[in-house]
Formats: sequence, structure tokens, C-alpha cells
Amino acid sequence: MTWVLIALLVVPLVGALVVAFLRKDDKKAKLVALAFSLVELVLAVLLWTAYDPGGDRIQLATGVDWIPAFGVRLQFGIDGIALVMIAVIALLIPLVIGAGWTEKLPAGRSQGGYLSLILIQEAVTVAVFAATDVFLFYVLFEVMLIPMYFLIGGYGGARRQYAAVKFFLYSFLGGLIMLASAIGAYAMASDELGKGTFDWATLVTVVRDADSTTQTWLFLGFFLAFAIKAPLVPFHTWLPDAAAEAPIGVTVIVVGILDKVGTFGMLRYLLPMFPEASKNLAPFVLVLAVAGVLYGSLLATGQRDMKRFLAYVSIAHFGFIALGIFSFTSQAGVGSVSYMLNHSISTGMLILVVGMVIARGGSSLIADYGGMSKVAPLLAGMLLLAGLTTLSLPGTNSFVSEFLVLIGSFPTQPVFTIIATVGMVLAALYVLWLYQRIMTGPLRGDALVAAAAGPGAVGDPEKKTTIGDLTKREIAVLAPLVVIVLALGFYPQPVLDVITPTVGATLTEVGVTDPVTVQEGK
Amino acid sequence: MNLLVAQAQQIEAPEIDYGAIAPLLIVLGAACISVLLEALLPKHQRWAVQLVLTLVALVGAVGSLILYATSERPEQGVATLAGAIAVDSPSLFLWATLLVLGFGSVLLIADRSVEPGGAFVAQAAIRPGTVQDRAQATKTGMQTEVFPLTLFALGGMMTFVAANDLLTMFIALEVLSLPLYLLCGLARRRRLLSQEAAVKYFLLGAFASAFFLYGVALLYGYAGSVKLSAIATAAGGTDRSDTLLFAGFGLLVVGLLFKAAVGPFHAWTPDVYQGAPTPVTAFMAACTKVAAFGGILRVLTVAFENTQWEWRGVLYGVAVVSMVIGAILGLTQTDVKRMIAYSSVAHAGFLLIGSIALTPEGDAPGVSATMFYLLAYGFTTIAAFGIVSLVRNSDGEATHLSQWAGLAKRSPIVAATFTFLLLALAGIPLTSGFIGKFVVFSAAIDAGLTPLVVIALVASAVAAFFYLRVIVLMYFSDPAPDGPTVTVPGAFTTIAITLGAVVTLVLGLWPTFVLDWAGTGSFLS
Repeated sequence: MTWVLIALLVVPLVGALVVAFLRKDDKKAKLVALAFSLVELVLAVLLWTAYDPGGDRIQLATGVDWIPAFGVRLQFGIDGIALVMIAVIALLIPLVIGAGWTEKLPAGRSQGGYLSLILIQEAVTVAVFAATDVFLFYVLFEVMLIPMYFLIGGYGGARRQYAAVKFFLYSFLGGLIMLASAIGAYAMASDELGKGTFDWATLVTVVRDADSTTQTWLFLGFFLAFAIKAPLVPFHTWLPDAAAEAPIGVTVIVVGILDKVGTFGMLRYLLPMFPEASKNLAPFVLVLAVAGVLYGSLLATGQRDMKRFLAYVSIAHFGFIALGIFSFTSQAGVGSVSYMLNHSISTGMLILVVGMVIARGGSSLIADYGGMSKVAPLLAGMLLLAGLTTLSLPGTNSFVSEFLVLIGSFPTQPVFTIIATVGMVLAALYVLWLYQRIMTGPLRGDALVAAAAGPGAVGDPEKKTTIGDLTKREIAVLAPLVVIVLALGFYPQPVLDVITPTVGATLTEVGVTDPVTVQEGK
Repeated sequence: MNLLVAQAQQIEAPEIDYGAIAPLLIVLGAACISVLLEALLPKHQRWAVQLVLTLVALVGAVGSLILYATSERPEQGVATLAGAIAVDSPSLFLWATLLVLGFGSVLLIADRSVEPGGAFVAQAAIRPGTVQDRAQATKTGMQTEVFPLTLFALGGMMTFVAANDLLTMFIALEVLSLPLYLLCGLARRRRLLSQEAAVKYFLLGAFASAFFLYGVALLYGYAGSVKLSAIATAAGGTDRSDTLLFAGFGLLVVGLLFKAAVGPFHAWTPDVYQGAPTPVTAFMAACTKVAAFGGILRVLTVAFENTQWEWRGVLYGVAVVSMVIGAILGLTQTDVKRMIAYSSVAHAGFLLIGSIALTPEGDAPGVSATMFYLLAYGFTTIAAFGIVSLVRNSDGEATHLSQWAGLAKRSPIVAATFTFLLLALAGIPLTSGFIGKFVVFSAAIDAGLTPLVVIALVASAVAAFFYLRVIVLMYFSDPAPDGPTVTVPGAFTTIAITLGAVVTLVLGLWPTFVLDWAGTGSFLS
């Protein structure tokens, strides 16, 4: 079944190439791109069925030599965590394409170019999660920036140039420092084995026995890259700009998918390769994580722009994920990984709904809206549902993961966990307050009233607005997400089954004995 | 009389391995023929004949190089011409690099489609700004002396990287420098700027040569010989004066670092790169870099390897200064050519890291890494300058960055190629620039220079900003209404740019072949 994995890497690239030739015909470009992304989704489902949770650490491994002089291989394979992430990418991309179906691009830009970049981004991101060669991972980690740079810079809002360059430089710097660490690990391997290699599994066995000073330095190199990517406070400042300036579909990809590379990297690279340093430096990371929870929550509450709001919500959530990873219990680990999945789904949904609000009002400022539920009740309902899953209401998917993180972290890190719990309360505050300001009360706000009466009209709250409710296309985009949110909220078992063995293996690699026995399921 | 004859009989003619130095002889021989042609041929025939001669000579030199490299030859290399020239694996690699890069540069130099008549002045002796000067700007002829000058410079560079003693090295340095000084002053447009560049380069270059020569003298005083191996032997545990050794070393290295445009000896670089005709800038940026670092590598690893602990700290500092100057001053540039000049200063810092990556056991993992970097950087730079020469307005090249705004809308292919080259200069994966950085940094970490590598990585990130800024301008800004046009290049420039861009991509994807070749052998000592 390794062909599925290879196909997953190749199909979007082929799609991108085909779509790039359809720059003249927007409609055809959209259809073709959607078709390719759906094929990718089918492949991802096949991949899920091919994965055996009880099997090897890395499955469906396949590869060829690339640069033999350094023992670099084009080596791919998946574990449970990578599988989940690849599946969620494949799920979100068709929705992003669907949600942006009628979106106007800046003058002179074609759908063909835009969708081609989206598909390249999909291919590279899948490859990042599937890479099992550290050099290859680094290469893809940096290459991933290029399509995103053009997506933000070419198709974004007013300050898109600034946001694109900031995004690129932050990640690039982090990546370069990671490269230094990777070379360091490589040098150790060539000393020890007599022949250099970047193979992940081999490097793990070599590096994890290094003395703690070396480990600490190498750890910090990788950590910086992942902390910028994830993003953890104080390395987060690129995210609000990138999220605010990017077109809404790209925001979904940045916040919903790209960020996960950071936390994925922590689980795949930091913990197994540097167990000693991970344990020694865990308090330091936990401080950043908990600071992120509080800081992100507070700033989300105070945002006036919906897209920046989304960015800060994510920063808070990444605090939770990092808390779970560095608590070193299997419950918290499983919680974190399922949080990565659920954050993609919940926040992805929230961003898409907010995008639909913005598409109607033409403004991303919260103050430009008010009482929208009167004219768009379905949209209001979707915003509420997306908000509730974001604040982890029981019965939605995020509840399971947030709860697992908190109960899993408590036995080893009670203080940090208690502080982080405050974040749950704040989440209720910022989500419900956002909903209240946009949807409830009398119809008001420049965006809604002006949009109804035409440009330049003086706001007249009594005038009937022409803003409509969800269209069929928008319902089709949101429906799968609603189903998944509720399904995983009540029955998360399929996902947890896939994740648990990998998390268990990761913790074994770190060498911690679990203080709590994992109950099957919850 | 008898005495003289008797003495003459005692002098033995040195053994000459003609096969080994054939590439060198072909290039220098062609240069001499070229000078004769310049004197004998009527003006209208010169360009075509000179071009054919030059290209044939370069191809022939590459051919003889391949013949020699694939034949049965001593693995550690041979010293020929009484030990003045060492033909070893690094020499052959650097020669091949120089010849191929020289080939690309000659194509740019020969191009007459972009600028009618070529980038060179028709008669260099006419004073700028006069009536005659304005008349000649529209004439289609050019000074065809650029071809012999280029060949001589190339021959000098090839001798420089293979020179096995310091005196040969000095001669080679002059043979490569003097034609370059002249070439810099031959621009058809903005002649004053061009001549200023030439004078500046000449004056500073003369100073640097003097430093070099003084260093040679002191080292001769120290070792009693100018042979690199003799200096190494002398430095290996004697009671001679260390003052002579290190003063000599310092002066010698200043001369070398100047040629390589390593900061803080880089002050000429931006002015000369900006003022020189763009094809010559490409030639200097690619080939002079190769030659200078080839010389640095040989001097450091052959002559001064066993004193590395005394000098490594100094060059460590120089590398840091060069990277910092290149990366930070590059940020403030508003001219494309000056920007690439500062980028070359930063790259010189990276290259210096590779050059000083010697392990305590005497291995030099940095040699093959640095040579790979030079090859990769040379191709990228030639293609980049090729593109710079295409973006023009009514008074020649439009090198001010603001004029590049929105270029992607008007010429997507040129913008895309330039973006790719900039990404290569920034060291983004899947380009040769990344592999080059990677091998150099790995070698440096091997040699225990980890802090230096971290500084280099930070500098790379800073430098990435100014490359990105150009991409932002080209792609995300609206074009200026009176913006420049992009000339459709003729065959020569197209081939040069394509060659550079393709090599940049291929070495980014499949570097194995060149890496293996660069790593085949070490310097003859």
C-alpha cells in the first residue's frame, strides 16, 4: 500500500501543474483543483485504512537515495500522528477551495495561479508530515514557506507584503537554526557509526545517548524552529499579521495546518531525539505554553479584528497542545495529538464561518457588525457552533482533547495545569462575546447597514438589509465539518485508537514511566 | 664567454608535463593569438573572429582538461614547471569551474542583442561627455580587446589557483588583475561611473598587491623559500622568528582577502560591481571569487596548515565581520548591482568559513565544500547578472530597485527566473545555494566551528530579507508607469542565463556528482 503515500505526494503536484495551465479559465481551474483535492481526500481515507495502529513505529515506509555523500534519502513513512495530520489536510483543502469559490481575487490575479499554489502547499505539507529523513524534513520545512509566501503576498490584504516577509523571515530563521542542530546530530552520527546518515530512526538511537550539554544545544536549535512555527509566545508575532492579511482560505491553511508542523516536530523530533534535554527543559517550555494560553486568551478577548482574533485563539490553543506534550503522560500526549486534529477542524470551521461573515460585510472589524442573526440565522447558528467547539463545549470534538490534556497533565504538572485551566474560562468569554457582538441585538454596524443600502449610505438601522443567509455552496462546505465536530465529540475512539500507540511509543523513547495507566478510550 | 656556456650547460631545463598544463597553455596561447588578431584584422571582422577564437579556446581547454583528468595520472597530483604549478585534483576542479564560468561570462560579454553593439564602449579613449562620446554611444562597434583581456584574466586565474609557490602566485595575481582593471572601465553607458570604478579598483588593487608582495618577502625571509611546501616545513617546529612568519602571513592574507572581496577588505566591491559593465561584473563576481578562494584554500591548507591555531582566530573574526557587513549593509541598498555586491561580501564570509575548516588531525573537510560552494555561487551569479542586464530603460540598465516594481506582471518568466536565483543566493533548499551552505556548514561543524556556523545562519536569515524585498517588489507591487522594459535577450545571453539557472537547479536537486568530484583528492603538498 505504499503507493497510496506516494500518490498522496504526487497527486496535488500534478493538480497544481494542470491548474497552472488554466489561468485563463477561472471556472475550469476551480473545478479541476476541487477534483484533485477530492482525489487526495479519497487517498487519505485509503491511507487511514492501510495504517495498522498495532503495527510498526513507522509504516508504509518507502524511499530512494538522494545525496549518497551525506546519507540523505528521500524517505517517507507515517506514524499515527502523521496520519492524522495528513488526513486533516486532505479534508480541509477541498473545503477551502469550496469556501473561496466566489471570492474575488486582487486585480490581475487568476484563480489558476491561486489554486495552483494551494495545491503545491498541500503537497509539500503532506510531505513534511510524511518525511522520515531529518534532512528531507528540513528541506520541506523551508520549501513549505515559498508557496505560502506567495499566497499571502500575492493574494492578501492591504499590508500583505509586510505580513508575507515577516512570516517568511521568522520561519526561515527558525529553520536555519534547526539546520545547525541537524548538522550537529549528523556529525555525531558519522563519528559514532563511521558513516553519516540523516535517517530519523538511526539518528534517534545515536543522539539520545549524547551527553546532556550537547543534547541541550541541539534541542534548542530544533525547539526554536518549532516554537516559531507552532507558535509559542514570545515567538508568535508573525501569526496575527499573517492570519489577518492572508485571504480567508489561506488563513485556514496557516492556522489550521502549517502551525501543526511545529507541534508535530516536537513530538517526532524533540522528544525522541533529545529525551534528556526534553525532560530538563520541560519547565521552561511549560512556562511558555501556559503563558501562551493566558496571553492568547486575553489578547483574543481584546481584538477588534476578527482575523487577528482567530490568530490569538490559536496561540492560546497551542499553549494547551505544548502543555500536553511536555507533561510526559500518555493521556496528555494523546490529548495533545487529538487537540492538533481537533484544532484544525474547529478553528478551520470558525475561520471559514468568519470568512462567510466577512464576505457579506466586506470588513473584518467586529465593530462593523451587529444583530446579524436577524438576517442570517443559519450563519449565526454556524458561528455559534464553531465558537462552542472552539471553547471546547462537552459534546464537541475539542472537549475530548482539552479534557485529556488537562487530566493528563495534572498528575505531573499540577501548577501549570491549574493555571492553564483559566484559559478555558477565558475561552468562553472571548467566543461568546464575539458571537454576542456580531450576531445578537438590533441590526447595526457600518458593514451590514452600508452593504444593504449601497456604498456611502448613511446608516439607517430600520432599513431592510439585503444580506442573505448561507447559500447552498456554503452549507455544503460547512456540513462535513458539523458532522465531524459532533461525531468526534461523542465517539472519538477511531481517532484515539490511531494516536495512542504512537504516543505510547514516543513516551517510551523519552523513557518516562507513565504515572497514570491509560484507560482505553477516554 | 666560455664560462657562460659552461654555466648554461649546468642549467637543466625543467621537466614540463604538457598534458597537465594543456588547459592553461591553450587559454594563454589563445590570448596571445587574440592580441595579434586585434592588431591585424580589419575592424569589422574582429568581433566574430575573436568570439569564435575565445569560445573554441575555452571548449578546447575543457576538452584537454577532461582528457587529462580521465587519463592515468598520479593520484596526489603533479608539480610541474620546476614545481611552480601544482596540478592536483583541486586544481583540476577549480580549472574546470573557471573555464565553464568563463564560458558563461564570455557569452554575456559577446552579447550584442540587449544593447546594440554590446555593453562595451566603441572607443575607450574618447572622453566621456563630449560630442564624439555621444556619437559613439549610438555606434554599433565595440572594443573587441575585451576578448583577449578576458582570456588573459582567465589564464591568470587558472595559474593563481594552481600556483605552488608564492612568486608564481603573485605573477598570476597581476595577470588576472590588470585585465580586470581595464575591463571595468569599458562600459558603453555611464562611462564616468565606469572609469571611476576602474580607477578605484586599480588603486586599491595595487595596494593589495603591494601587501601581498611584502608578505611574500617576509615569508621568504622566514623560510628561505617561496615554495608553499617549504614554508610548511619551516613552520613545523623551528626556532625561526615567529614575527616574520605571522607578519608575512598577515600581509599575504590581506592581499588575498582583498581579491576575494571579504569584508572588511570589501570597500571596492559595491562601487566596482556597480560601475563595471554588467557582463564584466558577472565575470568578476563568479570567476575572481573562484580564483581568490582557490588561492586562499591552497595557501591555508598547504603552507599554513600546521600553524592554524595561531591564525584561525583572526580569520574567524574576519569571516564574522564579512558576513555581518554583507548582510546588514545589503539591507540598505537601493541598487540591484550594489545589493548583489554586498551579497557577495556575505557569501565571501561563508566561503571563508569553509576555507578555515581544518581539523586538528590535519584533514580539510572544508576544501571540497568550499569548491562546491564556489561552483554553485558562480553559476547563480552569472545568471543573476545576466538578468540584471536585461531590465533597461532609455539610458541603459535600470538598476535602481524602485524600477523593478511590478516586473512580474510585465515579464513573468524573467521575474520567476530572477526569483529562483535570489532564493538560491538566500540558500533556500532545492537550490544549489542551499547545498553549498549545507556542505560548508557541515565541514565547519566537523572542524569545531559551531559558534561561527550559528552566526552564519543568523546572517543568512538577515540577508534573506533583502533578497525577499526584491521578490516583494517584483511580485506584489504595482509597476511604475514609466518603468523599464525587459529586453528580449539574444541567443548568447539566453544561453548564459539558462546555463546558470539550470545548473543552480540541478545542483540543488542532484548534487552528488559534483560533490563526489570535488571530494576526490586533496592539495599536493
